[in-house]
Amino acid sequence: MPMTGVLRPGHAVLRVLDLDESVDFYSRVMGMKETGRDKSGRVYFKCWDERDHNSFVIRKADTAGMDAFGFKVLNQATLYRLESDLKAYGVNTERIPAGEMLETGERVRFQLPTKHTIELYAEKTDVGNGMPYINPEAWHADAEKGIAPIRMDHCLIYGGDIDGNKKLFEDVFGFNLVERVLLEDGETALAYFMTCSTKAHDIAMVRHGEDNKLHHISFLVDSWEKVLRAADLMSMNRVSIDIGPTRHGITRGATIYFFDPSGNRLETFCGGYQTYPDCHPITWTWEDVGRSIFYHDRKLNPAFLSVVT
Amino acid sequence: MAFHAITIAETGESFRCDERKSVLEGMESLDKRGIPVGCRGGGCGVCKIEAVHGTFEKRVMSRAHISADEECAGIVLACRVRPTSAMTVRVLGQMKKAVLRVDGCLSV
Repeated sequence: MPMTGVLRPGHAVLRVLDLDESVDFYSRVMGMKETGRDKSGRVYFKCWDERDHNSFVIRKADTAGMDAFGFKVLNQATLYRLESDLKAYGVNTERIPAGEMLETGERVRFQLPTKHTIELYAEKTDVGNGMPYINPEAWHADAEKGIAPIRMDHCLIYGGDIDGNKKLFEDVFGFNLVERVLLEDGETALAYFMTCSTKAHDIAMVRHGEDNKLHHISFLVDSWEKVLRAADLMSMNRVSIDIGPTRHGITRGATIYFFDPSGNRLETFCGGYQTYPDCHPITWTWEDVGRSIFYHDRKLNPAFLSVVT
Repeated sequence: MAFHAITIAETGESFRCDERKSVLEGMESLDKRGIPVGCRGGGCGVCKIEAVHGTFEKRVMSRAHISADEECAGIVLACRVRPTSAMTVRVLGQMKKAVLRVDGCLSV
């Protein structure tokens, strides 16, 4: 499957309650690189091995949560094609001019049925990962600074009409369903895990009573040992841990759920499996929902369903 | 270092809280119960309490969960307040024990 449409998650824009505290957390504890600040006060970060200018943006607000989640698409022609596909599907779209976000091209913004704001864009300045494109090293010092995730990987969003979300991602963007969790009626989905690539998930969604809620933004690290190292750094820095280190049954990722200083849940994870469009989706039934989410505890913790921003 | 007694009005249970810690952190570190524990960062709102008695210092809390009027009335998030005296608190926050179904019913 050559990727010719939506390539990958590109940026998450989150609200924080205390900007200085959050900048310190994301740069020193997470070990992300601050790449800029704009006139409106947004602070931009990237993970050490990401090449584009930014993948994670924060702004000060009086509530926590997520403003928008962005996907990078192949090129400008693809952006306009997907924009017209969205319109044909009956979705209102809005163009945000190039440069409104630092080093980021024109964005096409729309709302999911769950009221989350999604942005598509094709261009973001390649600032590199600190190593040359000719004869690079394997890694450099930033790969050991703080938790040092490799990339911003996916998000899990909470809202009402996740069936509408799933249909939109499938019908307009060609995402594939990788795994799902069913409620006790054996029909209604509690959760969908979807991909635009061969990753086990690029976006996930859980049915919830309130729309436009964030469950977590997830960051990839490259080994179980790095997950444990992240947990050590969280304790050293008194970071609020939700659960873990543990494993998910869904996607098989080894994980820690934790919170940023404003209560936005984050994840550091490694592993999981690769999927292809011909792979049969995996279904988890209500009887095994605990094991699907937390493979070792084999039960949901109350925070999984209640604590969102 | 100073400690203050925090009493949970509903249960009468009390615990000793280091004044450098939040009321929620103090409760958790002694494995006490009563106030729901969420993000511990002032963002999710599940540890909402009313300070019925006592004084405290507070940090910024999400306006999605604590309005300005509530804040003036001593309604706060337990993760964002540090006691400066003995306190009695009423628990207002709640963990959801259910997920929403397509038909609007709740499932355990």
